[in-house]
Amino acid sequence: MKKNKPAAPKEPKPRPAGKTADEMGKQQREISVSEFFTKNRHLLGFDNPRKALLTAVKEAVDNALDASEEAGILPEIVVKLAAVTPDGGPAPVVSQATRFQVTIIDYGPGIVRDQIPKIFAKLLYGSKFHRLRMSRGQQGIGISAAGMYGQLTTGKPVKIISRTGEKQPAHYFEVQIDSKKNEPIILEKKQIEWEAHRGTQVTIELEGKYVKGRASVDEYMELSAISNPHAQFTYHAPDGETKVYPRTIQHNPDPPKEIKPHPYGIELGMLLKMLQDTKSHWLGGFLSADFSRVSTETAEQMCKEAGISPKKRPRDVVGMEAEKLFRTIQGTKLMAPPTNCLSPIGEKAILAGLFKQIKGDFYTAVTRPPAVYRGNPFVIEAGLAWGRGPEQAALDAANAIKAPLAEGESHDGDDNELARVMRFANRVPLLYQQSACSTFKAVLDTTWKNYGIPQSRGAPPAGPMVIFVHMASVWVPFTSESKEALADYDEIRKEITLALREAGRRLGVFIKRRARAHAESKRRDIFELYIEEVVGACKRLKGGKLAEGKLRDQLTQIAKKITGGQKTDEMLDKNAGPHGLPNSIIVTAEGIEGEVPVEGPVAVVEAPAPAPTKKKKKK
Amino acid sequence: MAKRHPAVEKKLIGLADLVIDAAARKKDPSISIPVRSLSNVTFNAKKGYIEMGKNKQLRTFFNVGMAKKFMQTMLVADALNELQKADLTTSLREIYYRTKHTMGDSHENTFDDQAESDPVIEDLEVGLAALREEFHVRAENAGTIIGPVVFEDDGDKVDCAKLGKGGYSVPSIVEEEYLKIKKCTADFVLLIEKGTQWNRLAEDKFWRKYNCILLTGNGQPPRGVRRLARRLHEEKKLPVYVLVDNDPWGYYIYSVVKQGSINLAFESQRMAIPAAKFIGLSSADPESYDLPRNVGIKLNDKDIGRAKELMNYAWFQKKEWQVEIKRMLTSGLKYELDALANKDFQYLTKTYLPKKLKDRDWLD
Repeated sequence: MKKNKPAAPKEPKPRPAGKTADEMGKQQREISVSEFFTKNRHLLGFDNPRKALLTAVKEAVDNALDASEEAGILPEIVVKLAAVTPDGGPAPVVSQATRFQVTIIDYGPGIVRDQIPKIFAKLLYGSKFHRLRMSRGQQGIGISAAGMYGQLTTGKPVKIISRTGEKQPAHYFEVQIDSKKNEPIILEKKQIEWEAHRGTQVTIELEGKYVKGRASVDEYMELSAISNPHAQFTYHAPDGETKVYPRTIQHNPDPPKEIKPHPYGIELGMLLKMLQDTKSHWLGGFLSADFSRVSTETAEQMCKEAGISPKKRPRDVVGMEAEKLFRTIQGTKLMAPPTNCLSPIGEKAILAGLFKQIKGDFYTAVTRPPAVYRGNPFVIEAGLAWGRGPEQAALDAANAIKAPLAEGESHDGDDNELARVMRFANRVPLLYQQSACSTFKAVLDTTWKNYGIPQSRGAPPAGPMVIFVHMASVWVPFTSESKEALADYDEIRKEITLALREAGRRLGVFIKRRARAHAESKRRDIFELYIEEVVGACKRLKGGKLAEGKLRDQLTQIAKKITGGQKTDEMLDKNAGPHGLPNSIIVTAEGIEGEVPVEGPVAVVEAPAPAPTKKKKKK
Repeated sequence: MAKRHPAVEKKLIGLADLVIDAAARKKDPSISIPVRSLSNVTFNAKKGYIEMGKNKQLRTFFNVGMAKKFMQTMLVADALNELQKADLTTSLREIYYRTKHTMGDSHENTFDDQAESDPVIEDLEVGLAALREEFHVRAENAGTIIGPVVFEDDGDKVDCAKLGKGGYSVPSIVEEEYLKIKKCTADFVLLIEKGTQWNRLAEDKFWRKYNCILLTGNGQPPRGVRRLARRLHEEKKLPVYVLVDNDPWGYYIYSVVKQGSINLAFESQRMAIPAAKFIGLSSADPESYDLPRNVGIKLNDKDIGRAKELMNYAWFQKKEWQVEIKRMLTSGLKYELDALANKDFQYLTKTYLPKKLKDRDWLD
């Protein structure tokens, strides 16, 4: 501006260099959700190629599971990843590949033809946002966002095959999203022959990176198998490996019920919207019909207290009146929301999942009674798997240093392994942002030392341990739209902590009992060794003139008497099972105690790989 | 050559009998070992040295906390007996290596390091009332002697006045059978804490001018040095003066020479020199000899704690000693012997010691 000054007098109307409101107005226009996503894809979990690959799989699998369960079909899902090149050339080395084809097949209910384009190529379109019902997906962004990411990075459309029944034709679609209008563009549609009688197959080509390890698709599959023991997963990894996660529970979880919002869970804006949208003609009716836990009497009571006639039309309740009503509602004592809308995994199923996927010595699971945060009911479940399993222990023992130890050496290697925390929300594994998650904070807050498990300050407990935490709720509070971490509500944290404590307590009992038996057996072993040494020394001291055998027997007798003999034998008894420890499994070299789930027989036969579980694969 | 001690052999074999007898009576074998700690020593003011009390600890085999120690004790006894039979002497470290092995088919060692075997040997010394020399166990030769004294060592004549400035290395076993004092014309023995100051005095031929024996143990004097000083004191009637740093550790070295140590209280009667005198450095010296404050070192917390402990020992209850230690604590400083070099390299030889001896300026 200062530079312009000399020239200013020549102009009749000097004005700032900025734009006028008119000019600005011309630039102001609606931003479509899809455009927003294009620029902010990290918000939905597509920040980098590796994560994008995972997110795409996750969204498709979530949908497949939700659909199958809602239709009452036991989920059976195939995930196929293949490395591809842009020009269709020969597939590159998997670790170098930058482009992948993600195919997810479910043998669920299928999708009616007219809905296919919208479901896969329109953001914020779905059945789940508008109802309060526990499900994996919530907003209807997921799968179409994955498709859109593919479209952005490879230009390829999403390919869908769906069939709703044996007598119905299979429909093939290729769709893209019009990112300005947030509307699907159908590139191709036709009826085709499809070998499946029923179900949906979706294929997305996208830019991605495949790396094994933490937060990989492999880990996601493993965790999904744990949280969905009623589902069967077949996973074709891009490197050609195939893993089958057989079904261990032969029935679907109880279908969760849809509930109305609880008054404690809504905000003023929400109330205003509900007042406008309601089908009720009078306020009293609106309150009792559109909210849970509000009876006709309570509704009238509320109106009276707010000084509004219950006969007033809801649409006319605005401004100060609405605000007063809101405050009255919040101040009224109400029953907690119903909890039958929740379908927790259940202790048996968690045990089954952990036992199936994790090698260990001890497993336990805890399902807390339902609780409520901000008017939303939720259930917390926790599980623990501890130890390396008897096979691994035997292997370790076999690999241990055989030679006598030199000064300064020790047998207890430098094992600084920390517990692994598995987090789930409505059965969906959460793989990113662990430290921001309420579950992880609760794990850190728990004093594991009380249960005989070492723990450094500000770290998860140490040792061969897997900690499983699941939150089931009609509305899971995530810290961001990419659904990676649970928000840290006091009520939620408290429930997680209580669940972990109970699981930890059981583990503590197990560890203590085992340590005691070990100590006793070690004690006796050690006496045996020492007796040998002492007898040897005595013999040499006596110049070889000693009835060795006699002395050894006598000392052994005394040792037995002193170390508890019979009592120790009982303690060492492997049948000292999991009594007193509900919902737990104990695995020893001799066998397994506790209720172990029966393996799904079908799955095993189908398994193409000889050893389908992850642990065995590693070898 | 080592001499055989039939009595010691008998004591060691007695341990085996103890185990065999207990086993036959279906009893837990146990060895009683006198407790080696401050709680179990008393200061005999009349005799002027520390004596071991009567507290004993029972080391039993079938007790989880003691089983390993018991087993180790038997192994060491066996090794010591082997030495007796073979008529050999050995070191603590060799005993450790000799008794270390893996037990049975386990991965467990009988001993993990020497810190486990050394106390077992001391336990046996006390428990069987035998001397380490009688066990044929040597300590390190950590002492040096120079002056007008002649020894006979393994048939060789050693004239300590003709050994240049290096002196004769004091063996760890200096009993009459091993080391004879053939001739001694010295007037007194000066026992110096630090090798560096001993070197200073040897180089300056202090011993010739003052006709004395210079002895050092490089820190806390080992048994050989203490025993030799005691023999010179006892057999040749030589007064013993102790020259140490002015700090709590120096005071304690003096007290060990004079009254014996807590850990080896059972050896006091043949080690202690109750008539030994403390010639310096005294906490009064910095003032008397005009040492500048900046050659002092600030007492740390450990020093202060140790000094306070010393003040509670029965053998430091003399008024002049309480004054001495308190003076150090009040000044908050400690002084090394080496600090005398601040005045002159030969200050110790030419000024400090001559004046001290002339003034008979020492503590008892």
